[in-house]
Amino acid sequence: MIDGLVMEFKDYYKILGVNRDANEKEIKRSYQKLARKYHPDVSQQADAEERFKELGEAYNVLKDPEKRAAYDQLGPNWQQGQEFRPPPGWDTGFEFRGAGAGADSRGFSDFFETLFGRGFDASQRATGLRGRGEDHHAKVLIDLADTYAGAMRTISLQAPELDEHGRVRMRSRSLNVRIPKGVKPGQQVRLTGQGGPGLGGGPSGDLYLEVVFRPHPFYRIEGRDVHLRLPVTPWEAALGATVKAPTPAGPVELSIPAGSSGGTRLRLRGRGIPDKQPGDLYVELQIALPPADSDQAREIYQNMEHELGFNPRSEMEAKA
Amino acid sequence: MSQNDPAVVKGLIIDDEVLLTLEEICHACSVEATYIVELVEEGVLEPRRHGELADQWRFPGTSLRRARMALRLQRDLQVNLAGVALTLELLEEIESLRSGLPER
Repeated sequence: MIDGLVMEFKDYYKILGVNRDANEKEIKRSYQKLARKYHPDVSQQADAEERFKELGEAYNVLKDPEKRAAYDQLGPNWQQGQEFRPPPGWDTGFEFRGAGAGADSRGFSDFFETLFGRGFDASQRATGLRGRGEDHHAKVLIDLADTYAGAMRTISLQAPELDEHGRVRMRSRSLNVRIPKGVKPGQQVRLTGQGGPGLGGGPSGDLYLEVVFRPHPFYRIEGRDVHLRLPVTPWEAALGATVKAPTPAGPVELSIPAGSSGGTRLRLRGRGIPDKQPGDLYVELQIALPPADSDQAREIYQNMEHELGFNPRSEMEAKA
Repeated sequence: MSQNDPAVVKGLIIDDEVLLTLEEICHACSVEATYIVELVEEGVLEPRRHGELADQWRFPGTSLRRARMALRLQRDLQVNLAGVALTLELLEEIESLRSGLPER
């Protein structure tokens, strides 16, 4: 136990949405339901990863009768997030089997570690093939522009490591990584030899970075292609025009053919994500109407109504 | 490799032109080969040269992400193999719908 450390109390019952007297079945059911909802591979919520980790931690404690009993010893009056200092000798009389925390407890909170210790699955390393170090995984967040030009990122990594006494500690290090040009969402970038250290003189494992793109306000990426919705005026669409359009590689002069309509797509070949076979940039035209917010503007619309005699629903009416 | 190596590390993009061996996939996922073989048998992963001996399989690079997602779903949500296969397909469909224009 770490002395004098102040941390936030975690209300595991609240996190799992169960009462303090919930039985094992109820706890399991509630965990499964919430785990499906917040699983980072499935959920689109921004805080899904955090929530899922918290759920795992809460379930790790409450599904285990020994840990749950020890946790319940703390009493029911603590609030989620309250400043917590473990009472002296709170865990006397409890014995945890094996490593206590369990193998899957990496990344659990300080609160958890203080109560149950830090788990580490030493056996996992031992299974590595030919003494090669473990492969590690991390995510790296980049902008669309980064894949057009390539980019440098300094990433901070934390990995558990055994010290000379066989105890686990977290080792932090930072790596300067060149993000290769042409990387696409969800792709992995392999950094050879940057994973866990090898065993018995074996080579180090690799580090895999999963590339995640920061959402962009107007570009969307689909494979190697990039999509953009470009607002144009009715007269630009009808009469044709040359307009300035943004692209991830910088603005271009885009010629809008006369007679375009809303939803018309223009393809800018080779202006998608660069690659041996570069992607394309698709520009979808969106007609923006000028507001009729002055007498003059209203008059122009009224003139159009009278002069053009345009009925956009004529085809529908013919079929109805 | 020192504690704080200031040197710049260059990475290799694991796209479908990079072919991974069964051993590389297993090592990257920290699992025994049987798990990966199961995913192949369920059709979740499709190695080139399927049908030959497992150690001659070559997986297109994007298999790694699928394999890791599949293993996480199995481990975290106790989804069975058929469920994993279905979930991955639905997730891919959602992804392509979200990325905007559905028509190609």
